[in-house]
Amino acid sequence: MTYTIKADGIVKSFGGGTRVLDGVDLAVEKGTIFALLGPNGAGKTTLVRILATLLKPDAGTATVAGHDLRTDPAGVRRSISLTGQYTAVDDVLTGRENLVMMARLLRLPAPRARRRAAELLTAFDLDDAADKRVKTYSGGMRRRLDLAVSVIARPPLIFLDEPTTGLDPRSRNQTWDVVRGLAAGGVTVLLTTQYLDEADRLADTVAVLHHGRIIAQGTPAQLKARHDSASLDEVFLALTEPGHAGEPGHAGHHSRHEGAIR
Amino acid sequence: MTDLTVMITRCTRRSLRDPEAFFTSLLLPVILMLLFVYVFGGAMNAEATSTREYADYVVPGLIVLCAGFGAGTTAVAVATDMSSGIIDRFRSMPIRSSSVLAGHIAASLARNLLATALVIGVGLAVGWRPSASPAQWLAAIAMIIAFILAMSWLAAMAGLLVGGPEAANSVTFAIMFLPYLSSAFVPARTMTPALRPIAANQPFTPVIETMRGLWMGRTSTGAPVGHEALLAVIYCAAILACSAAAASYLFRHRTAA
Repeated sequence: MTYTIKADGIVKSFGGGTRVLDGVDLAVEKGTIFALLGPNGAGKTTLVRILATLLKPDAGTATVAGHDLRTDPAGVRRSISLTGQYTAVDDVLTGRENLVMMARLLRLPAPRARRRAAELLTAFDLDDAADKRVKTYSGGMRRRLDLAVSVIARPPLIFLDEPTTGLDPRSRNQTWDVVRGLAAGGVTVLLTTQYLDEADRLADTVAVLHHGRIIAQGTPAQLKARHDSASLDEVFLALTEPGHAGEPGHAGHHSRHEGAIR
Repeated sequence: MTDLTVMITRCTRRSLRDPEAFFTSLLLPVILMLLFVYVFGGAMNAEATSTREYADYVVPGLIVLCAGFGAGTTAVAVATDMSSGIIDRFRSMPIRSSSVLAGHIAASLARNLLATALVIGVGLAVGWRPSASPAQWLAAIAMIIAFILAMSWLAAMAGLLVGGPEAANSVTFAIMFLPYLSSAFVPARTMTPALRPIAANQPFTPVIETMRGLWMGRTSTGAPVGHEALLAVIYCAAILACSAAAASYLFRHRTAA
């Protein structure tokens, strides 16, 4: 099996000694959509930022898109793109200017950068707004531009941190379509979400992050079957409720958090 | 090099598309020049400033004042960037992270030089008659560039330190107020004794006196222009080196809010 991300024992504490990540192991298969599911403050963003080289872990190792996180962060950066929780586009510039700018920064020569920008504007249904400032875009349009920027260099791995937070249902559906399209094109997508239905409908694999540990992992169907539930909501509630003993094979991993969970 | 050009293009576009700030930064030199020359200028006695016209005295001071305002704009621009997600994107890309800040500095230099050109242009129109040779003009312009670069890096550092654009705005106020406590508008020796040593020795004064000495042939402190220039260069170099180092460090270690 080819893994695009293989992480072992990632630990990260912030000032005051709070362990945000408490030994996270992760294996993401090539060409799949992997959803990191968890409530606010579970450490999802921290984990993504570590895997995207924006933060250094206190302990643990990871190989991301074939590059070692610690010894070759530049190699990682060349193979990934990160779309953060806040749309990472310049809203004073137009959609086209944003795409050309990012393409130039990714070393595309100017004519190719312009061609790629035009291609992506069409692919992401932004032709009409191409030369308007991003400030005037709707939330869904911004997200689409954000995703278009993410795929300029055709990276093998894309991180999406809460890609649909704050979007209306229609924009959400559009974003999901785009993400599915990316995976169909062979791109590996790791996304974080606090929406269970998003993980359920979009992801090939779901990992539940809670108090800095992965407390359950599998396909949405596996998780439902394992917990004998009809929906991921119930699985999630069962996993995160106080005093939960953990699932088979993972017991002990998080036992010291028992009782601390509210 | 591409990184830098792209970042400069970006920051320049951002400056040009903020008409409010852009026009303020261009109107400010014009209005201040007219204000100082026609409103205050009449009351400034020639003996105190040792100049024929107040315009002959005040031009370097206004250049510095406008550069201070420009620095505030830079601080706001950097702080705005830091509070948006685009910084994380830049940082996760295989580009030189220094180019992001360098883009802001370059745009700041361009804005400030434009403001400086306006001060000089309006100054000449209202009666400023510098006696400088072409070489002295070049030296004065080099002084301005060094000062603007030092202020821009200082502003970039401030923009990175403060929490957001609103807080960065107050930096403008602080930097714009400092020239009043220098030899910008009146010679230090005319001030109240408590303020005199401050005005005579703060970093803005040698910068202003260097320009004044080069343009008008004499400084208001009585010190030779070479002495003032040496002090000014040392001040600018020190501010630039410290702020650039601090800003680069902060940029690498601070994350978007």
